[in-house]
Amino acid sequence: MVNEAQTGAIAESDKAAANRKMLIQQIIRTLGMLPILILLGIGFQLMSGRFFSPNNISIVTQQAAINTVLACGMTAVILTGGIDLSVGSILAASAMVAVLGSLIPDAGMLGIPFALGIGLLFGLINGALVAFVRLPPFISTLGSLTAVRGVARLLGGDTTVFNSSLPFAFIGNGSIFHIPWLVIIAFLSVIATWLILRRTVLGVHIYATGGNENAARLAGIKVWAVYLFVYGFSGLMAGLGGAMSAARLFAANGTQLGQSYELDAIAAVILGGTSFVGGVGSVWGTLIGALIIAVLSNGLVLVGVSDIWQYIIKGLVIIVAVALDRFRSSGSART
Amino acid sequence: MQPQNDTAPILEMRGISKTFPGVKALSHVDLTVYAGEIHALMGENGAGKSTLMKILSGAYRADSGGEIRINGKPVHIDGPLSAKTLGIAVIYQELSLSPNLTVAENIYLGREPSVGGQVDRASMKAGCRDVLERLGAHFGPTTLVQDLSIAERQMVEIARAVHANARILVMDEPTTTLSSRETDKLFGLIRSLRADGLAIIYISHRMAEVYELSDRCSVLRDGSYVGTLLRQDLSAEALVRMMVGRDISNFYKKEHDAHGSRGKVLLSVKNVADGRRVKGCSFDLHEGEVLGLAGLVGSGRTELARLIYGGDQRTSGTIELEGKRIDPTKPIDAVNSGLVYLTEDRKGQGLFLDMTVQENINLGVVGRDAKAGFLDLGKARERALAAIKALSIRVAGPNVQVGSLSGGNQQKVLISRLLETKPRVLILDEPTRGVDIGAKSEIYRIINDLVKSGVGIIVISSELPEVVGIADRVLVMREGEIVGEVGGTSGVAITQENIIAYATGVAHTIAPAA
Repeated sequence: MVNEAQTGAIAESDKAAANRKMLIQQIIRTLGMLPILILLGIGFQLMSGRFFSPNNISIVTQQAAINTVLACGMTAVILTGGIDLSVGSILAASAMVAVLGSLIPDAGMLGIPFALGIGLLFGLINGALVAFVRLPPFISTLGSLTAVRGVARLLGGDTTVFNSSLPFAFIGNGSIFHIPWLVIIAFLSVIATWLILRRTVLGVHIYATGGNENAARLAGIKVWAVYLFVYGFSGLMAGLGGAMSAARLFAANGTQLGQSYELDAIAAVILGGTSFVGGVGSVWGTLIGALIIAVLSNGLVLVGVSDIWQYIIKGLVIIVAVALDRFRSSGSART
Repeated sequence: MQPQNDTAPILEMRGISKTFPGVKALSHVDLTVYAGEIHALMGENGAGKSTLMKILSGAYRADSGGEIRINGKPVHIDGPLSAKTLGIAVIYQELSLSPNLTVAENIYLGREPSVGGQVDRASMKAGCRDVLERLGAHFGPTTLVQDLSIAERQMVEIARAVHANARILVMDEPTTTLSSRETDKLFGLIRSLRADGLAIIYISHRMAEVYELSDRCSVLRDGSYVGTLLRQDLSAEALVRMMVGRDISNFYKKEHDAHGSRGKVLLSVKNVADGRRVKGCSFDLHEGEVLGLAGLVGSGRTELARLIYGGDQRTSGTIELEGKRIDPTKPIDAVNSGLVYLTEDRKGQGLFLDMTVQENINLGVVGRDAKAGFLDLGKARERALAAIKALSIRVAGPNVQVGSLSGGNQQKVLISRLLETKPRVLILDEPTRGVDIGAKSEIYRIINDLVKSGVGIIVISSELPEVVGIADRVLVMREGEIVGEVGGTSGVAITQENIIAYATGVAHTIAPAA
């Protein structure tokens, strides 16, 4: 038999090394995709020479703003193991309502609550389908993706609606202290989402439901309320995105607006390291994911890559980034 | 049959190490196994048994430096496929069959015979029939696996291994979910495989099984090889000493007042039934009492518990706690009135493995502690630290993921969560399943401390020594009914024999001991 003291010493040094390794891994996991975002930024700066100009940074963050807002809601949904495919359509319907509301004489600001309200309403319908009718999230939101798109077209009589004197146009075009309102709203959305997910009872219940629905039910968590909330929240965020979009464009079009936005939002969440089966992830990762997507779009234009190649490169970057992430944290990754 | 030490071993593992990020799971472990022997592998949870077997089966790769020899030849196992071709088969705790396929399809999975690119079902059927017959199976090759019981599914796994000409068969806690009759049958099967010259590595926590079955027994502790005992040297004391590195005296502690059954009635269950598997059960639980609920697997113990705490719906009956009707229809109703249930399925129904120890412990009370919906993280940390100390949960800190803990520590986290709601009655369903010996004795200590504080505890357990060891009184169930009572005021001694007599229907009444 081996000398006890000797094995003890070996175990101690092994443990110290293992602990160091774990600490490094933890740091890597916390940073997530941030290094990739920074590398992309540096790369585009080297190739174009103007990526990091204040003007361009402002453009990139504004480009990222609406997707970030949608992805905040999507993070909550995916944390429960679900998916919300309808956010692009809800955004279009909300933007229509925002512009139509803004045309009300002397009360044009009502466009904003209208947009938020209709987003929340559609979101709650999705939530009810998942929570009470027990439809799989993919199917119920696939249905609303199509149906709400129809509603968006119906709202404007299948035309583009305009308001050149939109009372809340400052949201889309103004800024305070040189920071665009769009960026401020997106950042506040991230903070609010983080607060909900990490600092409230509801947040604990969201992670618990996504991690183990059976155990959550047995522990007395109202799982139906969690589903209703996350889809409602996602709808609300899409409504906010609709108002932001209307404010930026002074117009809305039910057919084109928000097409395939849901895919960018999902990509941001996945790039951010949130597990597709639920229970693991953070909204800060989502923010970085949304920025990576915006940086790619912007940078590829700066460098002069053609539209077709932009698609191909964006898709590949998403696949490679997530594959790298899985490789890096192999064993614990469950995307 | 004794291992033939003069012949060469079929399997030699030498100096096997395995490092995971954060843990050294195995450190220079040796294992020698002969053909025609049943070799038990014992050790506490986290001792490295499963890791060692995963290296053997190719699921993990060992750190460089070790060596594996089969029939004296050094081999390189770099994946499940190479292990299979070397004749190594593993039967895991979670069976790895496809329930939607037939028995034959499962047995041939990955090796389907084909004629001109088409699966040759006729020869599959014929090929399976032989092996199924040899194992004494009562089902045919075209039965769907989802229609089989757990014991029968296990037999399919064994059939698959035998059919693939496995020479080394690893069984990881195969009896955990079997009734005693099924266990006996399995043991017979294992012995006949030994007679055919297979080497069987048998992992188990149950000492009784190891005595009954094994020719030799190797013990691991904290990732290191401790030693190997021959059959004639096996004893509980020696094994426990090797596994935990110290003696455990008074393994089952009944340190509380054993006359708890004469205290005030705490929980009164009257005529509870679900119209299917539970038929009119009535009993009382007293303050400071540990009430055992025994019976064979399938006798309705868990089903009765689920009716009591509102996990399933009663069709009749009432439940009173301290004289008040509670009649819970949802688990949360029971929790709110002071009755909690520890699930037998810790990972599936109990814990949130991705969440931290702190979050798991606080899950039942976050709502109560919160201010306007916002978490009180200070309070949560306080509760977690207190629970970690009180139940001696071995963990680096409250922010460690529960999934990374050993079974025993996971169980303690789950128990802590129940205790945070300050229950009056606890129903513990298989509280020590998949838990190592050290943690077992600590869970018994926790049970003792709780009943001393006046709580009433119902323990459901398939391990008779455990029921006999910790309960003040035992109710025995058979076919959905409470058919007997031992201990307490019944005058019948709490012994394994008496419980089995009731559970199997051998006895309908047992005369009180003089």
